[in-house]
Amino acid sequence: MKTHRNHANYWAFVLHRISGLALLLFLPAHFYVLALAVEQSATLDMFLSWTEAPVVKLLETGLVILLAAHMTGGLRILAIEFLAWRDWQKSVVAITGGLSLAAGLLFLLNAG
Amino acid sequence: MSNDTLTVEIWRGREDGRFDTFEVPRMASQTVLDIVTYVQRNLDPGLSYRFACRVGVCGSCAMTVNGKPRWTCRTHVDKVADEGTLRIQPLKNMPVIRDLAVDMTEFFEKWTKAKAHFVPTATRHDDFAQVSPSDPKRKEATAGIECINCGVCYSACDTVAWLGDYLGPAALNRAWTLVNDARDGGQKERLKAIAGAGGCQACHSHQSCFELCPKHLNPTASIAGLKRATVKAALKGEI
Amino acid sequence: MTPERAETLEWLVQRASAAVLALCVIVHLAVIVIAVQGGVTSKEIVARVGGSVPWLAFYSVFVVAVALHAPTGLRNILREYTALGRRATHWIMAGVCALILVMGFRAVIGLYGLGA
Repeated sequence: MKTHRNHANYWAFVLHRISGLALLLFLPAHFYVLALAVEQSATLDMFLSWTEAPVVKLLETGLVILLAAHMTGGLRILAIEFLAWRDWQKSVVAITGGLSLAAGLLFLLNAG
Repeated sequence: MSNDTLTVEIWRGREDGRFDTFEVPRMASQTVLDIVTYVQRNLDPGLSYRFACRVGVCGSCAMTVNGKPRWTCRTHVDKVADEGTLRIQPLKNMPVIRDLAVDMTEFFEKWTKAKAHFVPTATRHDDFAQVSPSDPKRKEATAGIECINCGVCYSACDTVAWLGDYLGPAALNRAWTLVNDARDGGQKERLKAIAGAGGCQACHSHQSCFELCPKHLNPTASIAGLKRATVKAALKGEI
Repeated sequence: MTPERAETLEWLVQRASAAVLALCVIVHLAVIVIAVQGGVTSKEIVARVGGSVPWLAFYSVFVVAVALHAPTGLRNILREYTALGRRATHWIMAGVCALILVMGFRAVIGLYGLGA
């Protein structure tokens, strides 16, 4: 790709921003569903059994990956801003990506 | 397509404009600046562009080459024209005066706005300041002072593109060198100047500046330093 | 408060809440991965969280940290991609913060209350 953006740290930023926005949009739904336990636990149980469906498990894995990605991306930023500079920070980007995927896989495997 | 010529697209006009295509003879060790010079001298004398030293010390010849801002006198055609084509545009994030020449006024105004200039405290009657080269703050300053304000980092910065106010990597890098200058008397005012809406906190550490700086400076690291310095000052009530 | 001071302190709050969230998220991910084994029911959730002061404390900190952290990130997105000005984005930030606090605590306290 012929732009000035085709490098690891830029993609790390894109992933961080997109995952952050996605998580923010997900949160109200998450809180709403959990609160169902109080007045409408039957509804919650119906919902939770619906989440057993493989498609939903896949979506949940996606969420876990987004959460792990956003966290590791954030740790990258904290490292850049608070720790002494290291030129191998590009490797850190790769590590953060790897960790996110690992978290997602762990979730997927355990969810079965 | 013959190996003896290169197909070159060059931007003409201002923000509205077009690409003109030229066939330029290839030569050994040719740089992008050589290409632009050839076009202007032999094919279209109306082409506007900037250069000065031609040897990689002044920074005047910076342009966007195949999407990346670079010094054209130091960009070998062999390294960038991999498919036999070259696309040359003016630097981004600055108004286009004409063709490949841009207006750097706002770039320099932001340098002033960031108070990225030295504030003297000594007089001619004082002795020289004693600053050890091994002093950690001096090392921080030294790492950033070679900037010649070529505009490549500013042109590469997406935050500059997205947030008009943003002071940008060059001005902030320069401010950081002064924050670390033990002789400077303008510390408090400078920290106030580089915090706030378009200030150092807007940086997202994309690091396109670090990737592309022809002098291998690291504005992202400088800006991280400014973030720490402003927070310390805010907690002390100085900002 | 001057814009410089506000901006600097907002940045600090965002980074501090990020650090807190990193810890909360690690715990949360661990809980999810372990708890989701073999499916999860509302009974399970209530059994873990209901009446438990430690979990109440944990999730309260979590909710507050998110309520402080998310609005600033959103504000950067709005300021960089839309024409909204400082005042508008400030109000949106406050609104998102309030929404997260209200909905979050409704869930946390509700779940805690079921076990007490």
